[in-house]
Amino acid sequence: MSFELQASLRARNFDMSLSLRDGETVAILGPNGAGKSTLLGVVAGLLRPDSGAARIGDKELFNLDGGSHHWSPPHQRGTALLAQEALLFPHLNALDNVAFGPRSAGASTAAAREAARHWLTEVDALPLAHRKPAQLSGGQAQRIAVARALAAEPALLLLDEPMAALDIHAAPLLRRVLKRVLKDRKAIIVTHDVLDAYMLADRVIVVEQGCIAEEGPTRQVLERPRSQFAAGLAGLNLVSGIITKDGITTPDGRVFAGQHDPDWSPVPGQAGVAAFPPSSVSVFLGDVHGSPRNAFPVTVTDLEPHGDQIRVRACAGALAQALSADITPAASADLGLVPGMDVRFVVKSALVSVYPA
Amino acid sequence: MKTATGYQGIPRWIFAVAAVGGLLVVLPLLAMVAKVNWPQFIPLITSDSSLAALGLSLRTSAASTVLCVVLGVPLALVLARGDFPGQRLLRSFVLLPLVLPPVVGGIALLYTFGRQGLLGKSLEVAGIQIAFSTTAVVLAQTFVALPFLVVSLEGALRSAGNRYEAVAATLGARPTTVLRRVTLPLVLPGLASGAVLSFARSLGEFGATLTFAGSLEGVTRTLPLEIYLQRETDADAAVALSLVLVAVAGAVVGLSYGARRSSAPVAVQP
Repeated sequence: MSFELQASLRARNFDMSLSLRDGETVAILGPNGAGKSTLLGVVAGLLRPDSGAARIGDKELFNLDGGSHHWSPPHQRGTALLAQEALLFPHLNALDNVAFGPRSAGASTAAAREAARHWLTEVDALPLAHRKPAQLSGGQAQRIAVARALAAEPALLLLDEPMAALDIHAAPLLRRVLKRVLKDRKAIIVTHDVLDAYMLADRVIVVEQGCIAEEGPTRQVLERPRSQFAAGLAGLNLVSGIITKDGITTPDGRVFAGQHDPDWSPVPGQAGVAAFPPSSVSVFLGDVHGSPRNAFPVTVTDLEPHGDQIRVRACAGALAQALSADITPAASADLGLVPGMDVRFVVKSALVSVYPA
Repeated sequence: MKTATGYQGIPRWIFAVAAVGGLLVVLPLLAMVAKVNWPQFIPLITSDSSLAALGLSLRTSAASTVLCVVLGVPLALVLARGDFPGQRLLRSFVLLPLVLPPVVGGIALLYTFGRQGLLGKSLEVAGIQIAFSTTAVVLAQTFVALPFLVVSLEGALRSAGNRYEAVAATLGARPTTVLRRVTLPLVLPGLASGAVLSFARSLGEFGATLTFAGSLEGVTRTLPLEIYLQRETDADAAVALSLVLVAVAGAVVGLSYGARRSSAPVAVQP
């Protein structure tokens, strides 16, 4: 059973359509306020869009287009929602929290608890069955919340940044649990973390300003990002322009030489992007001697430590775009870099990937 | 939790004014206790009329508390969770008895359920007479006590938020199941303290009861009415019964504050 959705909600500047194949996990990436949580709210039935339709298989979730308006309330949708916080019912112990879904579906107490034990085992939390939520750590509570969501046997599982509220020690364990339980399961996971996308999702959708900016297989999106947001996640600089024989030409006429994707024969004149890692960028003061390609003036905006390097963030005036370079602390000291300085970035063309946007 | 150390930030003179406020409440109670005729205390409070009044008070207060819960829970839910035109107006009207003189409430009830009242006429035809009956006592008490439950519970509902309810719904729980298994257990402390306050308010109800239900021994003469009546003839009995009422009210409120964990806004009896 596949999932299909098309919805728009003007008040939140939200307009998206997406579909999931059976057993597919999709990661939704995007900046804050891009509409990720709105998407989950609309799917779960907690937010009502102005128009659109959604279905899982032949079961209609809502259809607000055309004459017959149909709107299923949340409890009839089979779309369990796992939020950032576990939100375990504080008056029930872990076992009864997990048994809540089966009980609501009409199972007897005994049968529901049996199912709850099964799902607690799945998330390695059976020994915690008789604890109250107040006696659980954040990571334990979130694992039990996963079990609770799964015990409801949802046709589509919605996860809203499930790892965001956990400390760095609890997140890896939950991520492993999720990797196991999300296998062959239809799920939408909203996340900020590239690692979640890599580990948990088959496909990535990048949303910006309420719309889908790009989508594709996780690896492809993160290695060949087309949106600024995905490039930021992948740690790449991204410059867009028109593809030429040697690279791309930016709208202000600057030529970026680079390597064309070998899997793809470039068509000059097509819109494309050039992506390059900050480590491929060198920083020079004043004019660069010789004739390096890909040299252009920028203004330093920020310096910050990045691993054992210094990340130089700069604004390429005419491009009106942030670019970064990673250089050694020694080099930074030698150059005497401070924010506001005018320098030159030189990018090794061998490390610039050019592909269509 | 209060800590012994640490900066409090309260000016000293505030303590002085607070002490005056505290005395204003405590001193009259002490004065009354000082007036109690202790050798005659037990006979005074166990006289037939006293026991009848106490029994009636406890029964009617319990009944009106149940009525407050039955009617107040839906009202609080609608006010806290609903979104409909006239919601603020409804809240104002529900809370009106808090600031209305009880005697005015009694007159309003009389013109609703009395023999010539709005509903009373039809009820009279059906052979039901409410005014000046024990039912009228319960109605009068419910009228004045309902806002206490609604205010307390609405506050608890608002501070609990609806995120747990949203999660419960996505897990497949019908709205009634969500109410029964999530909402009500979450606000149980607020509901309990609201019920206790309603009970205490019902127990002390005087003006509306006297106006709407009258003062028939064993039928409508509750403890406060009995105290007022005794004051004219037997001051010792009035003082002794007052002390009983203070003890019952004190126990009820103490129970409430001891039991409740989450604090809900508490309205003040006029």
